[in-house]
Amino acid sequence: MATVTAEFWDTFAAMLGSPLMQRALLIAVLVGTAAPVIGTYLVQRRLALLGDGIGHVALTGVAMGWLAGAGAGSASVEAWAVPGAVVASIAGALLIEYVREKGTSSADVALALLFYGGIAGGVILIGLAGGTSANLTGYLFGSISTVDELDVWLTAGLAALILGVGLGLRPALFALCHDEEFARASGLPVRALNIIVAITAALTVAISMRVVGVLLVSALMIVPVAVAQLLAASFRRTMGVAMGLGGTVCVVGLSITYFHPLSPGATITMLSIGLYAVLAVTRPLIRPSTRHRKPHRGATISPRPAERTVDHAYHPAPHSTHGPPDEQ
Amino acid sequence: MNSPTTAVLVEDLSVDLGTGPILDGIDLQVPDGRALALLGANGSGKTTLVKALIGLVPPASGRVSLYGTEVSARRAVPWSRIGYVPQRVNTSPPMAATAEEVVLSGLLTGRRLRPGPGSRGRVRDALAEVGLADRAGESVHLFSGGQQQRVLIARALIRKPDLLIIDEPLSGIDRASKLALAASLQRLRSAGTTIIVVLHELAELGPLIDRAVTLDQGRVIQDGAPPSAPSDDPGHHHPDTLQGAFIHRHPVPDLRARWRL
Ligand SMILES: Nc1ncnc2c1ncn2[C@@H]1O[C@H](COP(=O)(O)OP(=O)(O)O)[C@@H](O)[C@H]1O
Ligand SMILES: [Mg+2]
Repeated sequence: MATVTAEFWDTFAAMLGSPLMQRALLIAVLVGTAAPVIGTYLVQRRLALLGDGIGHVALTGVAMGWLAGAGAGSASVEAWAVPGAVVASIAGALLIEYVREKGTSSADVALALLFYGGIAGGVILIGLAGGTSANLTGYLFGSISTVDELDVWLTAGLAALILGVGLGLRPALFALCHDEEFARASGLPVRALNIIVAITAALTVAISMRVVGVLLVSALMIVPVAVAQLLAASFRRTMGVAMGLGGTVCVVGLSITYFHPLSPGATITMLSIGLYAVLAVTRPLIRPSTRHRKPHRGATISPRPAERTVDHAYHPAPHSTHGPPDEQ
Repeated sequence: MNSPTTAVLVEDLSVDLGTGPILDGIDLQVPDGRALALLGANGSGKTTLVKALIGLVPPASGRVSLYGTEVSARRAVPWSRIGYVPQRVNTSPPMAATAEEVVLSGLLTGRRLRPGPGSRGRVRDALAEVGLADRAGESVHLFSGGQQQRVLIARALIRKPDLLIIDEPLSGIDRASKLALAASLQRLRSAGTTIIVVLHELAELGPLIDRAVTLDQGRVIQDGAPPSAPSDDPGHHHPDTLQGAFIHRHPVPDLRARWRL
């Protein structure tokens, strides 16, 4: 037992001493903190899968970055991957926003074509650029084996931008995502704000891709928010808790992959989902401590009016001692 | 024609959202300080008309002006003078947001993307106005339908609008809340606020309305003094004509007490 513990601490010390892991952990904490900021807005406006769509398109961007790198005779084709992903993600996000705003009936299918085209195109182009299936797996599910100092600076710059926009414009973005029509009726620059959300989501995808892979970027944006929703009673707290959780699972998940050769994206995602499951089960036990004055159960729980009618029919005047009549 | 005392001017407005005409040649002028009710059956176009008033749906033809500015010139419209309370839809929001957070967004305009100093106090005042002062920190997705409606009203009132547009505020709330809302609107009206309220029937709001416009299939079929409300509730006697008689005979119910019950 003692030797196992000693071995663990040796490995742990080695991890902290490794420049590669230092860079990777720094990127992980930046990405893990920034991604749920945009994720909170996306969940609020029921666009939780937007990041997934952008992620698919980002793969084509990675591949085009590779081709451009190879064409330019760059020493490291990888160096062009993130810039390629940034460009493709922004283009994809703006296209998705355009289709969303138009709201045409064929929007669904148009988006499907875009997403699958993005993945298929990316896989083919990476193959043409001489990429191996190990390279491909790295982009699909995350890989930090090649992060260099430039990656850290790029990620830090973009994360600062995402945090600045996401936190600095929070009142306006909250208004937009909570009730777009009201925001428009207030004279808010709704179109500009929508474009800002789309671009920020694209940048989030581009920097998260390295850590969790294009297929799981959306998980990093959304799952911490889902967990935070179990704990927080305000929008602001939901965002704050999600940021903390995102940073934590990224660092812990990445560290696990140093001990066991697992995919970082899959490990981080399973950690967050595991957390969600544990909290969802235990929440009823801790719930009473949050100071919610519950309104009538019927008003919040019963999803269908029919059920409520039945409820009333079978329990005549159950509320008479509880104060006002149900306002529903 | 756009005299500064005209709050709303609608000229030959038609709206078509791709499924045939929804509004068809609407003309409407609302002088500042009046309380106007928009009546009509379900699907007659009331919601579409108020949305067109604030530029949420585009006109197929015709024009809408608010305080002399065409709504299509979005940046020039004095949005801070206009408060809008949408028709409540029964979809639960996907995420927690406190009443304070929701009402705070009523302070934002195109020129102000962050609430200024003192905004917390204004939120408290607006929530007190609808009897929810002590619920500011609670999430609206746990509120009953009537309480959510009141949060939306507070969100519109916080900007102290000169023109309040409110869509079907009476549906799905209990009678005490209806009376409390009537008293609240009466107070705003006395203070000079222009009110446009969409209603199924005048009911509790009858006494404060001085003009009723009835829509049918996207056209105005009636425009004038409000019809006297038939008393659907034998236990409660409606005075039928005199402006303010309601208030005179029945002391204004104390709003806050009502809504706190
Ligand atoms: N976005 C839309 N697209 C197409 N038709 C619509 C849209 N919104 C409303 N309508 C139609 O316009 C008509 C008037 O709707 P609405 O203004 O909501 O009526 P009301 O508020 O008087 O009940 C209805 O027939 C409705 O189906
Ligand atoms: Mg309506």
